[in-house]
Amino acid sequence: MAVIADFAFQGAQMLLVLLLAPLLTGFVRKVKARLMRRQGPSLLQPYRDLIRLLRKDVVLADNASWLFRAIPYLIFAATWVAASLVPTFRSGLMFSWTADLIAIIALLGSARFFLALAGMDVGTAFGGIGSSREVMIASLAEPAMLMIVFAIALIAGSTQLSTMAAFMNSPEVGLRVSLGLGLIALVIVAIAENARIPVDNPATHLELTMVHEAMVLEYSGRHLALIELSSMLKLLLYVSLIACLFAPWGIGGAGANAGLLLLGVGAYVGKLAAGGFLLAVFETSIAKMRVFRVPEFLGAALMLALLATLLRFVSRSF
Amino acid sequence: MVVTALECVLALLVLAPLAIALGASARASIIVYGASLLLTLALAIIALLVLLGHGPAAAVTLPLGLPWLGAHFRIDALSAFFLLVINLGGAAASLFALGYGRHEEEPARILPFYPAYLAGMNVVLLAADAFSFLVAWEVMSLTSWALVIAHHREPENLRAGFVYLLMAGFGTLMLLLTFGLLAGGSGAYDFDTIRAAHPSAGIAALVLILALLGAGSKAGLVPLHAWLPLAHPAAPSHVSALMSGVMTKVAVYGFIRIVFDLVGAPAWWWSMPVLALGAASAVMGVLYALMQRDLKRVLAYSTIENIGIVFVALGLALAFKAHAMEAAAALAFTAALLHVFNHSLFKNLLFCGAGAVLAATGERDLEKLGGLIHRMPQTAFVVLIGATAISALPPLNGFVSEWLTFQAILLSPQLPSWGLKLMVPAVGALLALSAALAAACFVRVFGIAFLGRPRSDAAVAARETDSNSLAAMYAMAALCFVAGILPGLLIDGLAPVTQMVVGHPMPAQGSIEWLSIVPIAESRSSYNGLLVFVFMTVSGVLGAFAIHRLASDKIRRGPAWGCGYPDAGPRTQYSADSFAQPIRRVFGTLIFSARETGEMPPPGSTAPARLTVTLRDPVWDALYAPIAAFVAFAAERLNLLQFLTIRRYLSLVFGALVLLLLVLAIWP
Repeated sequence: MAVIADFAFQGAQMLLVLLLAPLLTGFVRKVKARLMRRQGPSLLQPYRDLIRLLRKDVVLADNASWLFRAIPYLIFAATWVAASLVPTFRSGLMFSWTADLIAIIALLGSARFFLALAGMDVGTAFGGIGSSREVMIASLAEPAMLMIVFAIALIAGSTQLSTMAAFMNSPEVGLRVSLGLGLIALVIVAIAENARIPVDNPATHLELTMVHEAMVLEYSGRHLALIELSSMLKLLLYVSLIACLFAPWGIGGAGANAGLLLLGVGAYVGKLAAGGFLLAVFETSIAKMRVFRVPEFLGAALMLALLATLLRFVSRSF
Repeated sequence: MVVTALECVLALLVLAPLAIALGASARASIIVYGASLLLTLALAIIALLVLLGHGPAAAVTLPLGLPWLGAHFRIDALSAFFLLVINLGGAAASLFALGYGRHEEEPARILPFYPAYLAGMNVVLLAADAFSFLVAWEVMSLTSWALVIAHHREPENLRAGFVYLLMAGFGTLMLLLTFGLLAGGSGAYDFDTIRAAHPSAGIAALVLILALLGAGSKAGLVPLHAWLPLAHPAAPSHVSALMSGVMTKVAVYGFIRIVFDLVGAPAWWWSMPVLALGAASAVMGVLYALMQRDLKRVLAYSTIENIGIVFVALGLALAFKAHAMEAAAALAFTAALLHVFNHSLFKNLLFCGAGAVLAATGERDLEKLGGLIHRMPQTAFVVLIGATAISALPPLNGFVSEWLTFQAILLSPQLPSWGLKLMVPAVGALLALSAALAAACFVRVFGIAFLGRPRSDAAVAARETDSNSLAAMYAMAALCFVAGILPGLLIDGLAPVTQMVVGHPMPAQGSIEWLSIVPIAESRSSYNGLLVFVFMTVSGVLGAFAIHRLASDKIRRGPAWGCGYPDAGPRTQYSADSFAQPIRRVFGTLIFSARETGEMPPPGSTAPARLTVTLRDPVWDALYAPIAAFVAFAAERLNLLQFLTIRRYLSLVFGALVLLLLVLAIWP
């Protein structure tokens, strides 16, 4: 019985993240539009877009290879698995020990590796420029992310997200300098990883300013739908990750009853809404950077995270 | 067991004169590479049996070498593991060469040295006294030098051979001094006596430095790496695979044998130079790799990066061992060994892939490749697996060893010494940086060489490589995959080595449910490559199935989007240089003092615009160029001695005699 329940919770988590991801993106778009005094599309518009794309034919470039066709599925699989391993409403899920936080980051790294390859497959300058900039951004964002993981893992004594969330929920945590530095760095990395303003603009179609959109320019139909869904999942993953590490209230433990679980789901949706709202406010209040300012922005995140880790090595009380 | 192993090595040695006798006949390469394949496979099986505890770890002494010493040979757990790595790599390279060797123009320059080179590496691992160790080390160096200059008509290869010979001589000299210090005045050169001797702290420190210089120069640690990116690409591709994938591991073995086994207990600061050189190699190696256009040179620089990762893990193991943290030391040491194993697999695979590309197109320059995934689909597939594995991406094997290294770093705040407390986080950050840059490097290699449109006629005319080469590459790709999803089995297999070297094995992984790996405790960290792979496959296949059934599965082909302009041709694609430009600008201006100068013709002129990029090699400028300049200067000065009169020569001789007699008189 317990095994079936565990399976059910794991499956519920996978479905929950898949279904909520377009809603979060739609919510961010709506809030941004309202902040700009526009009406904005409906909250459900991302779902309609995905369904429309799924029904359309794929138009492939003449020299696209088999890899180009396989990559959307690979990216979707890697991102979905990563997103379903981050605790949302209940920690200690059945397969939560499959991959710790370092492995989750690396799974997203696999997705990015293949996306950058897809950008180079057709052999146009757009794809190349996107891939080239994407790996430059990743070469700074990924070490910054790993240093953040180190800093938090050294406080919590684990890289396992369930254990980390439980620790952050306990009164032992207190206010720490290294946690504060880690949070700032994590927000910077999350913005860069999700191709948001000021690093990249998800709405732009001006070739020279885009990174992510340039890589996926040749994708259409169901392939594009999968890639869009993957980036929505990735945004959801980062918001859940920040919520799980820095606002773990309401996440049910392994033995939580139905009432607590409902509370967990409610708290999770609330946290997503708060995260999406803050993101929209931040994006409307800042301008996009030049590409070569991005390394400084991310370098700051790397230094903050390194400082946080160093503080943990020097003293246990920071 | 050790006798059987020695017989296999002897057979390899006999193959060398046999190859000379066979000459350049067509059968010669089949006989030599076929026999090498069988013999290395036999040696790998012997090593595996010893490692799994089925064979006695016997020792044997032969009446060879120094008359009062004899030649000692032995297989223990450490040498058995490295024998396995070397002979797996050797077998794969031999199988690859069965097909690839047909493209060779002058096989007689390669065939005699190839089995001797394999034999030399094996004897280094089997040797149990300093004399046989050094002789075998020199055989390995000299035969590989002969293989590097096999294509001696290209002037670049001759220069590579010259630099390699110098650096190999330097490395052996350092090891000679190491063993001299270890053996002391009595000249007891066999390893058992050395191990029992326990040198004083000062001598042990000197031994560490000398071993780091000697083994590090062979392994390619920055700043002793200058020869490696010249020599490894110059050799024929299957030999490049051996030099990069396998010979660097022999150097790692030499370092472990001396520093972990022979010297005795390490001091607390020993790990610091090892960590510093390892971290510097990891980052510098991959940054160099990103700046290269030559496919094989990129791979050679990436070897430097991976050796850096191995040395970082070894440095951590030394630090933990010095502070008696056995469980953590076992974890770090296992990470190092696992990375040795993994790197030998994917680097062999990638060099073989580069060889297949070279044979199909005659090009090593990335800027002249492109679109090979359409013409060489199978090679592209296996190289993609190798590239994913070396970029440390789950669920393949490169990720597992990096993950274990990160777990070891997370244990290091418990180290009591302040120097290490400040150093280890910085090393961790550099390691993370090198992992991210490695992914960028292999996106560039695979994306430019295999994806996109062909950039030259040679790339258009490429054909799929032969079945022997493909079989070798598929075998290594399969091993990469298995090692990635079942790492627990490998870790358990390494337990005897860790037990022997750091005195404590990692917790047994075989009994953990679902074949996860748990280095310390499950609440702390765990990883399951098998489940990650199964999850990814299931969700990817389910997604594909659902979409194809419920939505649309139609495909139309059309031209790529070109903003409405007519087809601009393959030269408008991103090139290898332009792909690396953002990274060159972020990191290269600091490290390589990269400069870009653009030259725009005036309006109306039809002259082309030019972009010139200059890069400087900081290590060469700071270290090698001054030494070379000094040697040239001294030679110029000494040159005067050649033009003296007979009286001056006689007075020089007399002066030297008086000087030596004075030295003798003053010497106590």
